[in-house]
Amino acid sequence: MDCVLDVCDLRMRYGKVDVLTGVSFTARRGEVLVLLGPNGAGKTTTIEVLEGFRLRSAGRVSVLGSDPAHGGEAWRARIGVVLQSWRDHGRWQVRELLAHLGRYYAPYSTPGLTRPWDVDDLLETVGLTEQAGKRARHLSGGQRRRLDVAIGIVGRPELLFLDEPTAGFDPEARGEFHDLVHRLSDLEEVTILLTTHDLDEAERLADRILILAGGTIIADGSADELSRAASTRSEVRWSRDGQRFVHAAEDATAFVRDLFRQYGESVQDLEVRRASLEETYMAMVREAEAGAARRPLGVVT
Amino acid sequence: MNPTLVAVRAGLARGWIEFRQTVTTPGELISFVMMTGGFLTAIVLNRQARVPGTEFSLGTTMLVSVLSLDVGLYGVQFMADRLVADREDGTLLRAKAIPNGMVGYLVGKAVNISAQIVSAVAVTLLAGAFLVTGLRTDEPGSWLTLAWVLVLGLLATVPLGAVLGSLFPNTRATALILLTLGALTAISGIFYPVSNLPTVLRWTGQVFPLYWLGLGMRSALLPHAMAAAEVGGSWRHLATFGVLSAWSIAGLALAPVMLRRMARRESGSSVAARREKAMLRL
Repeated sequence: MDCVLDVCDLRMRYGKVDVLTGVSFTARRGEVLVLLGPNGAGKTTTIEVLEGFRLRSAGRVSVLGSDPAHGGEAWRARIGVVLQSWRDHGRWQVRELLAHLGRYYAPYSTPGLTRPWDVDDLLETVGLTEQAGKRARHLSGGQRRRLDVAIGIVGRPELLFLDEPTAGFDPEARGEFHDLVHRLSDLEEVTILLTTHDLDEAERLADRILILAGGTIIADGSADELSRAASTRSEVRWSRDGQRFVHAAEDATAFVRDLFRQYGESVQDLEVRRASLEETYMAMVREAEAGAARRPLGVVT
Repeated sequence: MNPTLVAVRAGLARGWIEFRQTVTTPGELISFVMMTGGFLTAIVLNRQARVPGTEFSLGTTMLVSVLSLDVGLYGVQFMADRLVADREDGTLLRAKAIPNGMVGYLVGKAVNISAQIVSAVAVTLLAGAFLVTGLRTDEPGSWLTLAWVLVLGLLATVPLGAVLGSLFPNTRATALILLTLGALTAISGIFYPVSNLPTVLRWTGQVFPLYWLGLGMRSALLPHAMAAAEVGGSWRHLATFGVLSAWSIAGLALAPVMLRRMARRESGSSVAARREKAMLRL
Protein backbone atom coordinates (compact mmCIF):
# COMPACT_ATOMS: atom_id res chain seq x y z
CA MET A 1 0.00 0.00 0.00
CA ASP A 2 1.52 3.26 -1.09
CA CYS A 3 -0.86 5.79 0.44
CA VAL A 4 -0.03 6.00 4.14
CA LEU A 5 -2.12 9.02 5.09
CA ASP A 6 -5.38 10.02 3.47
CA VAL A 7 -7.25 12.88 5.08
CA CYS A 8 -10.39 14.23 3.47
CA ASP A 9 -12.39 17.18 4.76
CA LEU A 10 -11.37 16.68 8.39
CA ARG A 11 -13.38 18.91 10.70
CA MET A 12 -13.03 19.59 14.39
CA ARG A 13 -15.33 21.65 16.55
CA TYR A 14 -15.02 22.39 20.26
CA GLY A 15 -18.36 23.61 21.53
CA LYS A 16 -19.16 26.43 19.13
CA VAL A 17 -15.61 27.02 17.95
CA ASP A 18 -14.52 25.46 14.68
CA VAL A 19 -10.82 24.66 14.92
CA LEU A 20 -10.56 22.64 11.70
CA THR A 21 -12.97 23.52 8.91
CA GLY A 22 -11.96 21.00 6.27
CA VAL A 23 -8.41 19.67 6.17
CA SER A 24 -7.43 17.46 3.25
CA PHE A 25 -4.07 15.97 2.32
CA THR A 26 -2.34 12.68 1.59
CA ALA A 27 1.10 11.22 2.19
CA ARG A 28 2.91 8.48 0.30
CA ARG A 29 5.23 5.94 1.84
CA GLY A 30 8.62 7.38 2.81
CA GLU A 31 7.52 10.99 2.41
CA VAL A 32 8.43 13.68 4.94
CA LEU A 33 5.59 16.13 5.48
CA VAL A 34 6.08 19.26 7.52
CA LEU A 35 2.99 20.88 8.95
CA LEU A 36 3.40 24.62 9.47
CA GLY A 37 0.98 27.11 10.89
CA PRO A 38 0.54 29.81 13.50
CA ASN A 39 -0.12 28.89 17.13
CA GLY A 40 -3.68 27.78 17.61
CA ALA A 41 -4.14 26.92 13.94
CA GLY A 42 -4.90 23.31 14.88
CA LYS A 43 -1.61 21.54 14.12
CA THR A 44 -1.62 19.55 17.34
CA THR A 45 -5.34 18.83 16.96
CA THR A 46 -4.74 17.48 13.45
CA ILE A 47 -1.86 15.27 14.58
CA GLU A 48 -3.82 13.99 17.57
CA VAL A 49 -6.73 13.00 15.36
CA LEU A 50 -4.35 11.07 13.10
CA GLU A 51 -2.69 9.44 16.13
CA GLY A 52 -6.10 8.25 17.30
CA PHE A 53 -5.91 10.29 20.49
CA ARG A 54 -8.79 12.56 19.63
CA LEU A 55 -12.15 11.94 18.01
CA ARG A 56 -12.85 14.12 15.00
CA SER A 57 -16.14 15.93 14.49
CA ALA A 58 -16.42 15.03 10.82
CA GLY A 59 -14.47 13.97 7.76
CA ARG A 60 -12.80 10.86 6.42
CA VAL A 61 -9.40 9.86 7.76
CA SER A 62 -7.32 6.84 6.84
CA VAL A 63 -3.99 6.16 8.55
CA LEU A 64 -2.09 3.09 7.35
CA GLY A 65 -5.35 1.90 5.88
CA SER A 66 -7.37 2.17 9.10
CA ASP A 67 -9.62 4.75 10.70
CA PRO A 68 -7.57 5.99 13.69
CA ALA A 69 -10.75 6.22 15.77
CA HIS A 70 -10.92 2.39 15.67
CA GLY A 71 -7.25 1.63 15.19
CA GLY A 72 -6.66 -1.24 17.57
CA GLU A 73 -3.37 -2.33 19.10
CA ALA A 74 -1.86 -3.95 15.98
CA TRP A 75 -2.38 -0.64 14.16
CA ARG A 76 -0.93 1.24 17.14
CA ALA A 77 2.22 -0.90 16.92
CA ARG A 78 2.95 0.41 13.40
CA ILE A 79 2.85 4.05 14.50
CA GLY A 80 5.45 6.08 16.35
CA VAL A 81 4.48 9.11 18.35
CA VAL A 82 6.75 11.81 19.71
CA LEU A 83 4.56 13.86 21.95
CA GLN A 84 5.23 17.38 23.07
CA SER A 85 5.42 15.74 26.48
CA TRP A 86 8.57 16.00 28.45
CA ARG A 87 9.02 14.70 31.96
CA ASP A 88 7.30 11.31 32.19
CA HIS A 89 9.24 8.31 33.55
CA GLY A 90 11.72 10.66 35.23
CA ARG A 91 13.00 7.98 37.59
CA TRP A 92 13.71 5.46 34.84
CA GLN A 93 17.14 4.92 33.43
CA VAL A 94 17.38 5.58 29.71
CA ARG A 95 18.31 2.04 28.69
CA GLU A 96 15.84 0.46 31.13
CA LEU A 97 12.99 2.58 29.77
CA LEU A 98 13.74 1.87 26.10
CA ALA A 99 14.10 -1.86 26.78
CA HIS A 100 10.83 -1.89 28.72
CA LEU A 101 8.79 0.06 26.17
CA GLY A 102 10.25 -2.04 23.34
CA ARG A 103 8.85 -5.25 24.86
CA TYR A 104 5.29 -4.33 23.93
CA TYR A 105 6.21 -4.30 20.22
CA ALA A 106 7.82 -7.75 20.04
CA PRO A 107 4.57 -9.62 19.18
CA TYR A 108 4.05 -7.31 16.21
CA SER A 109 7.19 -8.29 14.30
CA THR A 110 6.64 -9.23 10.67
CA PRO A 111 8.87 -11.37 8.43
CA GLY A 112 10.43 -8.28 6.91
CA LEU A 113 10.54 -6.16 10.04
CA THR A 114 11.87 -7.17 13.45
CA ARG A 115 10.36 -5.21 16.30
CA PRO A 116 11.51 -3.64 18.58
CA TRP A 117 14.66 -1.76 17.65
CA ASP A 118 17.78 -3.20 19.34
CA VAL A 119 18.38 -0.96 22.36
CA ASP A 120 22.14 -0.50 21.91
CA ASP A 121 21.64 0.25 18.26
CA LEU A 122 18.88 2.71 19.06
CA LEU A 123 20.95 4.49 21.73
CA GLU A 124 23.73 4.85 19.19
CA THR A 125 21.31 6.11 16.55
CA VAL A 126 19.93 8.92 18.70
CA GLY A 127 23.28 9.63 20.35
CA LEU A 128 22.45 8.63 23.91
CA THR A 129 24.96 5.80 24.37
CA GLU A 130 26.84 7.68 27.05
CA GLN A 131 23.63 8.51 28.91
CA ALA A 132 22.31 4.91 28.88
CA GLY A 133 22.60 4.56 32.66
CA LYS A 134 21.28 8.01 33.53
CA ARG A 135 17.84 8.63 34.96
CA ALA A 136 15.59 10.45 32.50
CA ARG A 137 15.09 13.41 34.80
CA HIS A 138 18.83 14.03 34.95
CA LEU A 139 19.14 14.49 31.17
CA SER A 140 19.61 17.91 29.60
CA GLY A 141 16.74 19.37 27.59
CA GLY A 142 18.18 18.25 24.25
CA GLN A 143 19.04 14.77 25.56
CA ARG A 144 15.55 14.39 26.99
CA ARG A 145 14.07 15.29 23.61
CA ARG A 146 16.32 12.71 21.93
CA LEU A 147 15.02 10.15 24.40
CA ASP A 148 11.49 11.16 23.36
CA VAL A 149 12.43 10.54 19.75
CA ALA A 150 14.02 7.19 20.68
CA ILE A 151 10.81 6.14 22.43
CA GLY A 152 8.88 7.20 19.35
CA ILE A 153 10.88 4.92 17.05
CA VAL A 154 11.65 2.00 19.41
CA GLY A 155 8.86 -0.03 17.79
CA ARG A 156 10.25 0.56 14.26
CA PRO A 157 7.18 2.50 13.12
CA GLU A 158 6.07 2.71 9.52
CA LEU A 159 4.60 6.12 10.25
CA LEU A 160 6.08 8.62 12.68
CA PHE A 161 4.43 11.70 14.15
CA LEU A 162 6.70 14.34 15.60
CA ASP A 163 5.15 17.32 17.35
CA GLU A 164 7.79 20.09 17.54
CA PRO A 165 10.64 17.62 17.95
CA THR A 166 13.51 20.11 17.97
CA ALA A 167 12.16 22.65 20.45
CA GLY A 168 15.06 23.43 22.76
CA PHE A 169 17.78 21.92 20.55
CA ASP A 170 21.10 23.68 20.00
CA PRO A 171 22.24 23.98 16.35
CA GLU A 172 24.43 20.87 16.55
CA ALA A 173 21.71 18.70 18.06
CA ARG A 174 19.33 20.07 15.45
CA GLY A 175 21.71 19.05 12.66
CA GLU A 176 22.02 15.55 14.10
CA PHE A 177 18.27 15.29 14.38
CA HIS A 178 17.88 16.29 10.73
CA ASP A 179 20.32 13.54 9.74
CA LEU A 180 18.24 11.08 11.75
CA VAL A 181 15.04 12.12 9.98
CA HIS A 182 16.72 11.73 6.59
CA ARG A 183 18.02 8.31 7.57
CA LEU A 184 14.60 7.15 8.76
CA SER A 185 12.84 8.29 5.62
CA ASP A 186 15.51 7.25 3.11
CA LEU A 187 16.76 3.96 4.55
CA GLU A 188 13.80 2.72 6.56
CA GLU A 189 11.11 4.20 4.34
CA VAL A 190 9.37 5.67 7.36
CA THR A 191 6.66 8.17 6.53
CA ILE A 192 7.04 11.22 8.73
CA LEU A 193 4.66 14.01 9.66
CA LEU A 194 6.20 16.70 11.80
CA THR A 195 5.26 20.13 13.05
CA THR A 196 7.73 22.91 13.66
CA HIS A 197 7.98 26.66 13.96
CA ASP A 198 11.42 26.67 12.37
CA LEU A 199 11.02 27.46 8.67
CA ASP A 200 14.65 26.67 7.95
CA GLU A 201 14.07 23.23 9.36
CA ALA A 202 10.91 22.82 7.31
CA GLU A 203 12.77 23.70 4.12
CA ARG A 204 15.61 21.32 4.95
CA LEU A 205 13.47 18.30 5.89
CA ALA A 206 10.25 18.50 3.95
CA ASP A 207 9.44 16.65 0.79
CA ARG A 208 6.23 18.58 1.09
CA ILE A 209 5.12 21.48 3.24
CA LEU A 210 1.55 21.89 4.42
CA ILE A 211 0.48 25.24 5.81
CA LEU A 212 -2.46 25.12 8.16
CA ALA A 213 -4.23 28.42 8.83
CA GLY A 214 -7.79 29.43 9.46
CA GLY A 215 -8.75 25.80 10.03
CA THR A 216 -7.74 24.53 6.62
CA ILE A 217 -4.70 23.68 4.52
CA ILE A 218 -3.90 26.85 2.60
CA ALA A 219 -0.83 25.48 0.84
CA ASP A 220 0.51 22.04 -0.05
CA GLY A 221 3.71 21.55 -2.01
CA SER A 222 7.50 21.67 -1.93
CA ALA A 223 9.14 24.84 -0.61
CA ASP A 224 9.92 25.77 -4.17
CA GLU A 225 6.42 25.20 -5.42
CA LEU A 226 4.98 27.22 -2.57
CA SER A 227 7.08 30.29 -3.20
CA ARG A 228 6.24 30.08 -6.89
CA ALA A 229 2.54 29.76 -6.21
CA ALA A 230 2.30 32.30 -3.44
CA SER A 231 4.38 35.25 -4.44
CA THR A 232 4.27 36.40 -7.98
CA ARG A 233 6.46 39.23 -6.79
CA SER A 234 10.21 38.89 -6.82
CA GLU A 235 12.73 41.38 -5.66
CA VAL A 236 14.97 42.85 -8.39
CA ARG A 237 18.08 44.82 -7.40
CA TRP A 238 20.53 46.50 -9.72
CA SER A 239 22.79 49.51 -9.91
CA ARG A 240 23.24 52.08 -12.66
CA ASP A 241 25.76 54.91 -12.73
CA GLY A 242 26.79 54.07 -9.14
CA GLN A 243 23.21 54.36 -7.88
CA ARG A 244 21.38 51.33 -6.35
CA PHE A 245 17.78 50.42 -7.23
CA VAL A 246 15.28 47.94 -5.76
CA HIS A 247 12.02 46.96 -7.37
CA ALA A 248 9.36 44.39 -6.48
CA ALA A 249 8.25 42.93 -9.79
CA GLU A 250 5.18 40.82 -10.55
CA ASP A 251 6.94 39.32 -13.54
CA ALA A 252 10.65 39.56 -12.86
CA THR A 253 11.70 38.17 -16.22
CA ALA A 254 9.70 40.70 -18.21
CA PHE A 255 10.86 43.50 -15.96
CA VAL A 256 14.52 42.61 -16.43
CA ARG A 257 14.05 42.34 -20.21
CA ASP A 258 12.62 45.85 -20.21
CA LEU A 259 15.39 47.04 -17.97
CA PHE A 260 18.05 45.90 -20.41
CA ARG A 261 16.16 47.21 -23.42
CA GLN A 262 16.02 50.63 -21.81
CA TYR A 263 19.48 50.91 -20.25
CA GLY A 264 21.52 48.21 -21.91
CA GLU A 265 25.05 47.86 -20.65
CA SER A 266 24.78 50.46 -17.92
CA VAL A 267 22.78 47.96 -15.76
CA GLN A 268 25.11 46.32 -13.24
CA ASP A 269 25.07 44.13 -10.11
CA LEU A 270 21.77 42.54 -11.13
CA GLU A 271 20.09 40.28 -8.54
CA VAL A 272 16.68 38.63 -8.82
CA ARG A 273 15.45 36.97 -5.67
CA ARG A 274 12.32 34.91 -5.33
CA ALA A 275 10.58 35.20 -1.92
CA SER A 276 12.06 32.99 0.83
CA LEU A 277 9.92 30.35 2.51
CA GLU A 278 9.60 32.68 5.45
CA GLU A 279 8.23 35.48 3.31
CA THR A 280 5.97 33.07 1.47
CA TYR A 281 4.72 31.66 4.73
CA MET A 282 4.09 35.06 6.30
CA ALA A 283 2.27 36.31 3.22
CA MET A 284 0.07 33.21 3.00
CA VAL A 285 -0.82 33.18 6.66
CA ARG A 286 -1.54 36.90 6.71
CA GLU A 287 -3.77 36.53 3.70
CA ALA A 288 -5.58 33.53 5.17
CA GLU A 289 -6.14 35.26 8.48
CA ALA A 290 -7.38 38.43 6.80
CA GLY A 291 -9.56 36.85 4.17
CA ALA A 292 -12.33 34.32 4.43
CA ALA A 293 -11.77 30.64 3.75
CA ARG A 294 -10.21 30.11 0.35
CA ARG A 295 -9.26 27.27 -1.86
CA PRO A 296 -5.87 25.67 -1.31
CA LEU A 297 -3.03 27.12 -3.25
CA GLY A 298 -0.20 25.14 -4.65
CA VAL A 299 0.04 21.69 -6.01
CA VAL A 300 -2.20 19.07 -4.52
CA THR A 301 -0.80 15.64 -5.23
CA MET B 1 3.11 -14.85 21.73
CA ASN B 2 -0.21 -13.27 22.60
CA PRO B 3 0.31 -9.48 22.70
CA THR B 4 -1.87 -8.98 25.79
CA LEU B 5 0.08 -11.63 27.65
CA VAL B 6 3.31 -9.92 26.61
CA ALA B 7 1.93 -6.64 27.99
CA VAL B 8 0.90 -8.29 31.28
CA ARG B 9 4.38 -9.72 31.70
CA ALA B 10 5.92 -6.38 30.80
CA GLY B 11 3.57 -4.86 33.40
CA LEU B 12 4.79 -7.27 36.10
CA ALA B 13 8.37 -6.27 35.31
CA ARG B 14 7.31 -2.64 35.26
CA GLY B 15 5.75 -2.91 38.71
CA TRP B 16 8.91 -4.41 40.10
CA ILE B 17 11.12 -1.72 38.50
CA GLU B 18 8.86 1.01 39.87
CA PHE B 19 8.84 -0.59 43.32
CA ARG B 20 12.64 -0.70 43.28
CA GLN B 21 12.71 2.95 42.25
CA THR B 22 10.35 3.83 45.11
CA VAL B 23 12.45 2.16 47.78
CA THR B 24 15.66 3.68 46.45
CA THR B 25 14.30 7.24 46.29
CA PRO B 26 15.39 9.08 49.45
CA GLY B 27 12.28 11.29 49.58
CA GLU B 28 9.91 8.30 49.54
CA LEU B 29 11.95 6.46 52.14
CA ILE B 30 12.03 9.46 54.47
CA SER B 31 8.26 9.94 54.31
CA PHE B 32 7.75 6.22 54.95
CA VAL B 33 10.13 6.23 57.92
CA MET B 34 8.51 9.37 59.36
CA MET B 35 4.99 8.00 58.99
CA THR B 36 5.83 4.59 60.42
CA GLY B 37 7.95 6.23 63.13
CA GLY B 38 4.97 8.37 64.09
CA PHE B 39 2.71 5.33 64.38
CA LEU B 40 5.27 3.41 66.41
CA THR B 41 5.74 6.36 68.77
CA ALA B 42 2.00 6.51 69.40
CA ILE B 43 2.03 2.75 70.01
CA VAL B 44 4.91 2.94 72.49
CA LEU B 45 3.24 5.81 74.38
CA ASN B 46 0.11 3.69 74.77
CA ARG B 47 1.82 0.49 75.83
CA GLN B 48 0.74 0.85 79.44
CA ALA B 49 -2.79 2.05 78.62
CA ARG B 50 -5.57 -0.54 78.65
CA VAL B 51 -8.32 -1.28 76.15
CA PRO B 52 -11.53 -0.17 77.97
CA GLY B 53 -13.12 -3.04 79.87
CA THR B 54 -10.06 -5.29 79.56
CA GLU B 55 -6.57 -5.67 80.96
CA PHE B 56 -5.07 -5.76 77.45
CA SER B 57 -2.50 -3.22 76.18
CA LEU B 58 -3.98 -0.47 74.02
CA GLY B 59 -0.58 -0.09 72.30
CA THR B 60 -0.68 -3.67 71.03
CA THR B 61 -4.20 -3.17 69.68
CA MET B 62 -3.07 0.02 67.96
CA LEU B 63 -0.14 -1.71 66.27
CA VAL B 64 -2.45 -4.26 64.69
CA SER B 65 -4.98 -1.66 63.63
CA VAL B 66 -2.30 0.56 62.12
CA LEU B 67 -1.54 -2.25 59.66
CA SER B 68 -4.98 -1.64 58.17
CA LEU B 69 -4.18 2.06 57.93
CA ASP B 70 -1.10 1.14 55.86
CA VAL B 71 -3.36 -0.74 53.46
CA GLY B 72 -5.89 2.10 53.26
CA LEU B 73 -3.27 4.79 52.86
CA TYR B 74 -1.24 3.08 50.15
CA GLY B 75 -4.15 1.41 48.41
CA VAL B 76 -6.39 4.45 48.15
CA GLN B 77 -4.33 7.59 48.70
CA PHE B 78 -1.06 6.57 47.02
CA MET B 79 -2.80 4.81 44.15
CA ALA B 80 -4.96 7.86 43.42
CA ASP B 81 -1.97 10.17 43.79
CA ARG B 82 0.24 8.20 41.42
CA LEU B 83 -2.53 8.00 38.83
CA VAL B 84 -3.11 11.76 38.92
CA ALA B 85 0.63 12.48 38.83
CA ASP B 86 1.11 10.11 35.89
CA ARG B 87 -1.68 11.83 34.05
CA GLU B 88 -0.11 15.23 34.70
CA ASP B 89 3.40 14.34 33.56
CA GLY B 90 2.34 12.43 30.44
CA THR B 91 3.15 8.89 31.62
CA LEU B 92 -0.40 7.81 30.92
CA LEU B 93 -0.44 9.34 27.45
CA ARG B 94 2.83 7.55 26.77
CA ALA B 95 1.20 4.27 27.81
CA LYS B 96 -1.63 5.04 25.43
CA ALA B 97 0.78 5.57 22.54
CA ILE B 98 2.17 2.05 22.91
CA PRO B 99 0.39 -1.16 21.85
CA ASN B 100 -1.33 -2.59 24.96
CA GLY B 101 0.55 0.03 26.95
CA MET B 102 -2.41 0.70 29.25
CA VAL B 103 -2.56 -2.97 30.24
CA GLY B 104 1.11 -2.91 31.15
CA TYR B 105 0.72 0.40 32.94
CA LEU B 106 -2.15 -0.78 35.15
CA VAL B 107 -0.62 -4.16 35.95
CA GLY B 108 2.60 -2.35 36.83
CA LYS B 109 0.81 0.12 39.06
CA ALA B 110 -1.12 -2.59 40.89
CA VAL B 111 2.06 -4.63 41.43
CA ASN B 112 3.99 -1.59 42.63
CA ILE B 113 1.30 -0.47 45.09
CA SER B 114 0.69 -4.01 46.37
CA ALA B 115 4.41 -4.52 46.94
CA GLN B 116 4.53 -1.24 48.83
CA ILE B 117 1.58 -2.25 51.00
CA VAL B 118 2.98 -5.68 51.81
CA SER B 119 6.40 -4.26 52.67
CA ALA B 120 4.89 -1.45 54.77
CA VAL B 121 2.77 -3.99 56.70
CA ALA B 122 5.77 -6.30 57.14
CA VAL B 123 8.10 -3.53 58.35
CA THR B 124 5.49 -2.09 60.73
CA LEU B 125 4.65 -5.52 62.14
CA LEU B 126 8.29 -6.50 62.53
CA ALA B 127 9.30 -3.26 64.25
CA GLY B 128 6.17 -3.34 66.40
CA ALA B 129 6.75 -6.91 67.51
CA PHE B 130 9.81 -5.74 69.45
CA LEU B 131 7.88 -2.92 71.10
CA VAL B 132 4.67 -4.57 72.31
CA THR B 133 3.64 -7.83 73.93
CA GLY B 134 0.58 -10.04 73.59
CA LEU B 135 0.58 -10.59 69.80
CA ARG B 136 -0.77 -13.97 68.82
CA THR B 137 1.83 -14.95 66.24
CA ASP B 138 2.43 -18.61 67.06
CA GLU B 139 -0.74 -20.02 65.46
CA PRO B 140 -0.82 -20.82 61.72
CA GLY B 141 -4.46 -19.67 61.77
CA SER B 142 -3.29 -16.14 62.62
CA TRP B 143 -1.22 -15.90 59.48
CA LEU B 144 -3.94 -17.44 57.36
CA THR B 145 -6.44 -14.84 58.58
CA LEU B 146 -3.89 -12.06 58.08
CA ALA B 147 -3.30 -13.29 54.53
CA TRP B 148 -6.93 -13.31 53.41
CA VAL B 149 -7.69 -10.01 55.11
CA LEU B 150 -4.65 -8.48 53.40
CA VAL B 151 -5.56 -9.83 49.96
CA LEU B 152 -9.18 -8.74 50.29
CA GLY B 153 -7.91 -5.42 51.61
CA LEU B 154 -5.78 -4.91 48.50
CA LEU B 155 -8.73 -5.75 46.27
CA ALA B 156 -11.03 -3.42 48.22
CA THR B 157 -8.66 -0.44 48.22
CA VAL B 158 -6.44 -0.41 45.10
CA PRO B 159 -9.31 -0.32 42.54
CA LEU B 160 -11.04 2.27 44.73
CA GLY B 161 -7.88 4.36 44.63
CA ALA B 162 -7.82 4.02 40.85
CA VAL B 163 -11.44 5.18 40.59
CA LEU B 164 -10.75 8.21 42.79
CA GLY B 165 -7.53 8.95 40.90
CA SER B 166 -9.46 9.03 37.63
CA LEU B 167 -11.87 11.58 39.11
CA PHE B 168 -9.47 14.09 40.64
CA PRO B 169 -8.05 16.80 38.37
CA ASN B 170 -4.63 17.30 40.01
CA THR B 171 -2.40 16.19 42.86
CA ARG B 172 -3.50 19.07 45.09
CA ALA B 173 -7.08 17.82 44.94
CA THR B 174 -6.10 14.33 46.09
CA ALA B 175 -5.31 15.85 49.49
CA LEU B 176 -9.08 15.58 49.98
CA ILE B 177 -8.70 11.81 50.03
CA LEU B 178 -6.16 12.12 52.82
CA LEU B 179 -8.55 14.29 54.85
CA THR B 180 -11.36 11.78 54.35
CA LEU B 181 -9.05 8.96 55.33
CA GLY B 182 -8.10 10.87 58.48
CA ALA B 183 -11.74 11.32 59.41
CA LEU B 184 -12.47 7.65 58.75
CA THR B 185 -9.50 6.65 60.91
CA ALA B 186 -11.12 8.42 63.86
CA ILE B 187 -14.37 6.49 63.51
CA SER B 188 -12.93 3.13 62.44
CA GLY B 189 -11.39 2.10 65.74
CA ILE B 190 -7.80 2.36 64.53
CA PHE B 191 -6.38 4.22 67.51
CA TYR B 192 -9.24 3.67 69.91
CA PRO B 193 -12.12 1.20 70.06
CA VAL B 194 -15.38 2.47 68.58
CA SER B 195 -17.49 1.24 71.50
CA ASN B 196 -17.54 4.72 73.05
CA LEU B 197 -18.53 6.52 69.83
CA PRO B 198 -22.07 7.84 69.20
CA THR B 199 -24.15 5.26 67.34
CA VAL B 200 -24.35 7.28 64.11
CA LEU B 201 -20.57 7.58 63.83
CA ARG B 202 -20.09 3.94 64.75
CA TRP B 203 -22.35 2.83 61.94
CA THR B 204 -20.85 5.31 59.47
CA GLY B 205 -17.42 3.87 60.16
CA GLN B 206 -18.69 0.38 59.48
CA VAL B 207 -19.77 1.30 55.95
CA PHE B 208 -16.15 1.74 54.83
CA PRO B 209 -13.47 -0.91 54.31
CA LEU B 210 -11.04 0.65 56.78
CA TYR B 211 -13.06 -0.47 59.80
CA TRP B 212 -13.31 -4.04 58.54
CA LEU B 213 -9.63 -4.16 57.60
CA GLY B 214 -8.78 -3.16 61.18
CA LEU B 215 -11.21 -5.68 62.63
CA GLY B 216 -9.81 -8.42 60.42
CA MET B 217 -6.23 -7.61 61.40
CA ARG B 218 -7.15 -7.60 65.09
CA SER B 219 -8.93 -10.93 64.73
CA ALA B 220 -5.77 -12.38 63.21
CA LEU B 221 -3.19 -11.14 65.68
CA LEU B 222 -4.90 -10.38 69.02
CA PRO B 223 -5.88 -12.99 71.66
CA HIS B 224 -9.27 -14.60 71.00
CA ALA B 225 -10.68 -13.11 74.20
CA MET B 226 -10.24 -9.58 72.77
CA ALA B 227 -13.26 -10.16 70.54
CA ALA B 228 -15.27 -9.13 73.58
CA ALA B 229 -14.14 -5.50 73.09
CA GLU B 230 -15.53 -5.38 69.53
CA VAL B 231 -19.02 -4.46 68.32
CA GLY B 232 -21.30 -7.41 69.14
CA GLY B 233 -18.49 -9.07 71.09
CA SER B 234 -17.39 -11.02 68.00
CA TRP B 235 -14.71 -10.87 65.27
CA ARG B 236 -17.54 -11.08 62.73
CA HIS B 237 -15.43 -12.85 60.07
CA LEU B 238 -18.41 -13.40 57.79
CA ALA B 239 -19.35 -9.73 57.83
CA THR B 240 -15.70 -8.75 57.30
CA PHE B 241 -15.50 -11.02 54.30
CA GLY B 242 -18.83 -9.73 52.98
CA VAL B 243 -18.13 -6.01 53.30
CA LEU B 244 -14.57 -6.20 51.94
CA SER B 245 -15.77 -8.37 49.04
CA ALA B 246 -18.54 -5.91 48.26
CA TRP B 247 -16.03 -3.05 48.06
CA SER B 248 -13.72 -5.22 45.94
CA ILE B 249 -16.45 -6.11 43.48
CA ALA B 250 -17.65 -2.51 43.25
CA GLY B 251 -14.09 -1.26 42.74
CA LEU B 252 -13.15 -3.92 40.19
CA ALA B 253 -16.36 -3.29 38.24
CA LEU B 254 -16.06 0.48 38.28
CA ALA B 255 -12.29 0.91 37.86
CA PRO B 256 -12.02 -0.31 34.23
CA VAL B 257 -14.92 1.93 33.19
CA MET B 258 -13.48 4.98 34.90
CA LEU B 259 -9.94 4.29 33.72
CA ARG B 260 -11.08 3.81 30.13
CA ARG B 261 -12.99 7.07 30.32
CA MET B 262 -9.94 8.82 31.76
CA ALA B 263 -7.61 7.36 29.13
CA ARG B 264 -9.98 8.36 26.35
CA ARG B 265 -9.93 11.96 27.54
CA GLU B 266 -6.15 11.90 27.74
CA SER B 267 -5.48 14.11 24.73
CA GLY B 268 -7.98 16.82 25.45
CA SER B 269 -7.05 20.46 25.78
CA SER B 270 -5.68 19.65 29.24
CA VAL B 271 -2.56 18.25 27.56
CA ALA B 272 -1.79 21.63 26.03
CA ALA B 273 -2.52 23.40 29.31
CA ARG B 274 -0.15 21.08 31.14
CA ARG B 275 2.49 21.63 28.49
CA GLU B 276 2.24 25.39 29.02
CA LYS B 277 2.75 24.88 32.73
CA ALA B 278 5.74 22.65 32.06
CA MET B 279 7.25 25.19 29.69
CA LEU B 280 7.10 27.76 32.46
CA ARG B 281 9.01 25.35 34.66
CA LEU B 282 11.75 24.64 32.11
